[in-house]
Amino acid sequence: MSMAAEGAHNRTLKLVAIGSMAGVFSGLFGVGGGTVIVPLLMLWLGYEERMATATSLAAIVFIAAYAAGAQGIYGNVSVPDALEIGLPAVAGVLIGTWLQQRLPARSIALMFAAVLLASAVELVLR
Amino acid sequence: MSGAIAVGLAGGIIAGLLGVGGGVLFVPGLVIFLGLDQHHAEATSLLAIVPVAIVGTIRQDRYGNVERGDALLLGLLSLAGAGAGVALANALSGRVLRDCFAALMVIVAAQLVRRTLRPDAGRKPLRARPATERPDDRPPP
Repeated sequence: MSMAAEGAHNRTLKLVAIGSMAGVFSGLFGVGGGTVIVPLLMLWLGYEERMATATSLAAIVFIAAYAAGAQGIYGNVSVPDALEIGLPAVAGVLIGTWLQQRLPARSIALMFAAVLLASAVELVLR
Repeated sequence: MSGAIAVGLAGGIIAGLLGVGGGVLFVPGLVIFLGLDQHHAEATSLLAIVPVAIVGTIRQDRYGNVERGDALLLGLLSLAGAGAGVALANALSGRVLRDCFAALMVIVAAQLVRRTLRPDAGRKPLRARPATERPDDRPPP
């Protein structure tokens, strides 16, 4: 096998591994899978963070739609609740990307980390 | 009602700002504010993520940040795993699933802190990309 072909082969294998792990992760936890995809694209495929985040987001459209359909078969999806959260979230994304240029992202990341920790405690203790 | 809107808005803003945080905020939000159980919260979160990811992808693609081929491959290759993950989630009890999810939140928080404290992580593009005017590592809008 030529080096180029071998490189492409390795690359495909890495994408298979990342996709499979992200899929299990997403289906198991009800999240997009960006937590798995973004760092692995950076680590294994040399992606820069912006590209990794954007490419991950595009893949998540497929993953989340399919996993939501699968959960629907189990009767677990509440469509009104999803709309109530999902539609304001679309507005939130537009606001967030606008704010991104105007706020220090580092302090926001740390604040969000604190919110996550507090929510984790609340989730376990309830 | 208003609690759900607030969670959605907050999740969207965080997702737009940091590139993560849709689902990881939707699930606890649905449990804490809307009283859904862990299984219903996770399933509903997945559906709520779809429009957010679509809008985010369209915006990012306009900036040329989406590697379309890789994204399509990743998306398609993940479907078997996603089906397995959903089956696994439904095989677990709500309590186990909830505790695992709480652990996931702690991991995401740690990942964010690490990323924040090492601001130049991943900033060396291996692919030739024109440098943007913004000097930090935040994804563009």
